[in-house]
Amino acid sequence: MVATQVLPFAMVILILFGLALDADSRTLRDLAPGLFWVATLFASVLAIQRSVAVETVSSTFEALRLSGAPAWKLFAGKALAVALQLLAIEAVLALGIIVLYRSSFEDPVLVVTAALAATVAIASAGSLYGVLAVGMGVRDTILPMLLLPIMMPVLVGATRAFGDGLGTAALDGWTWTGLLALLAVIYATAGALAYAVVIEDT
Amino acid sequence: MDYLRYLIGGWGVVLVAVAIYAVSLLRRGKVLSARVPADRRRWMTTDD
Amino acid sequence: MSTTLTRPSSTASEADVASTGSKLTRVLGIASLVGLAVLLLLAFVFTEPDQRVFDRGLDLEPLLTGQGDAVRLLYVHFPVAMVTYTAFSLNAIGSIAVLWKKSMWWDNTAAAAAEVGVLFCGLTLATGSIWGRPIWNTWWKWGDVRLMTTTILFLIFVGYLAYRRTMTDSQVRAKRSAVVGLIGAINIPIVYKSVDWWQNRTLHQQSTLRDRAIEDLTLFSMIFGMVVFLVIFAWLMVHRFRIGWLEHQIETVGLEAAIAERRAQTSAAIEDAVTDSRASAGSGPPPKTGMN
Repeated sequence: MVATQVLPFAMVILILFGLALDADSRTLRDLAPGLFWVATLFASVLAIQRSVAVETVSSTFEALRLSGAPAWKLFAGKALAVALQLLAIEAVLALGIIVLYRSSFEDPVLVVTAALAATVAIASAGSLYGVLAVGMGVRDTILPMLLLPIMMPVLVGATRAFGDGLGTAALDGWTWTGLLALLAVIYATAGALAYAVVIEDT
Repeated sequence: MDYLRYLIGGWGVVLVAVAIYAVSLLRRGKVLSARVPADRRRWMTTDD
Repeated sequence: MSTTLTRPSSTASEADVASTGSKLTRVLGIASLVGLAVLLLLAFVFTEPDQRVFDRGLDLEPLLTGQGDAVRLLYVHFPVAMVTYTAFSLNAIGSIAVLWKKSMWWDNTAAAAAEVGVLFCGLTLATGSIWGRPIWNTWWKWGDVRLMTTTILFLIFVGYLAYRRTMTDSQVRAKRSAVVGLIGAINIPIVYKSVDWWQNRTLHQQSTLRDRAIEDLTLFSMIFGMVVFLVIFAWLMVHRFRIGWLEHQIETVGLEAAIAERRAQTSAAIEDAVTDSRASAGSGPPPKTGMN
């Protein structure tokens, strides 16, 4: 599911940007952090929509809920699943920007840490909003409209951190990674707390 | 006065938009009030 | 969640009027209009354009700085921004009350505040942009902290309103939109801080209210403007709240009517069954049923 649909989608975004910007490789290299994270965010919307849809259709969600597991565990399981999918997508995108945009990983530790923190934040917020966007008459097309504005600090932080880690910007990526970690904690907590409220009526 | 166009634009946008919204609220209010039986029209006055 | 009505506090004659108006809204409305008129006078007639003379000493000509007449836009931009933040704060409080006390009254307030807030947020962006064009020489400045934060705020609450419209069950809608509204609200300081770090500078004027170099009438006009727009906000909120309340009534009335109809149908069916069974039982006394 992820491999056949979401991954190719993410790659297509990178390629389309390359074509649309019609830029020399130096510009693309500078833009790589931003393009990477925009592609990841779009792909995450798709991945979350699909994961929530699968559950509603097969009513495994209902079964899980009735199993008596506490809400936060359900949330954690969901968010983890989404996070793993996102990491897979990001790994492929990383390859993509190396090949297509001539990026080089000057500080791989920074890049990986930042990506992990950002991914947890995206997966947590996404899982919560994914469940919010499901249910009686709710169209899941509302998901991007709800999720993406909230993800703006993650986007800013991740792009800055990658800018430092990929050597395209002279700033301190670790401060930004700190912000990402804070956001990861906030969204994981908010998601765990709010999940109980939200799944009551699903 | 300098910048007159900007001043008219800025103030104008606010006054016109608020006026339009206010009128739409009044209209919605009338339409909805007509559909609700008279004894149930008044709003809750205490915390629910 | 209970939705019981309380006795109306208004007189019977007022209750017959089919509108959301009342004595309160008439007072607020007149105050708003008078206040606006005074504010316009202050903004355009009685205050001076912002002209600061920067004395460069020696023989040099003093430099004329300051915004000139563009400052008159601030007499509407600040109040409108103030209303925006008030409205969204009210929404945040309402969202907490919905989740904590399960109050439909607060849900109604939160929804009303969000709608008015989105309008005024859009106006804040518009007036800010119009002010910025002559002063900053640009309609938009990426990385200006307040501009970015207000834009994200706008998007969050447009999403909130759209989200509310997707749900028809009022209890579910109240809870879920409260979650969305709250997460939106807690995001605001985060957005603000992250953009601040990002740019570490802003074209935005630092808080003008704290600048004692403003002359008294300018300061007074700005504060007066905020008061006037808060009164306008109150008028809009009362009407919008009542509209939400009426919509709720229509839902409830519809629901109750449907239930009453079902009951009527069911008891009619039972009565028919009783009559039939009496007829078929012959001349004996009517059998006791549990229905009576």
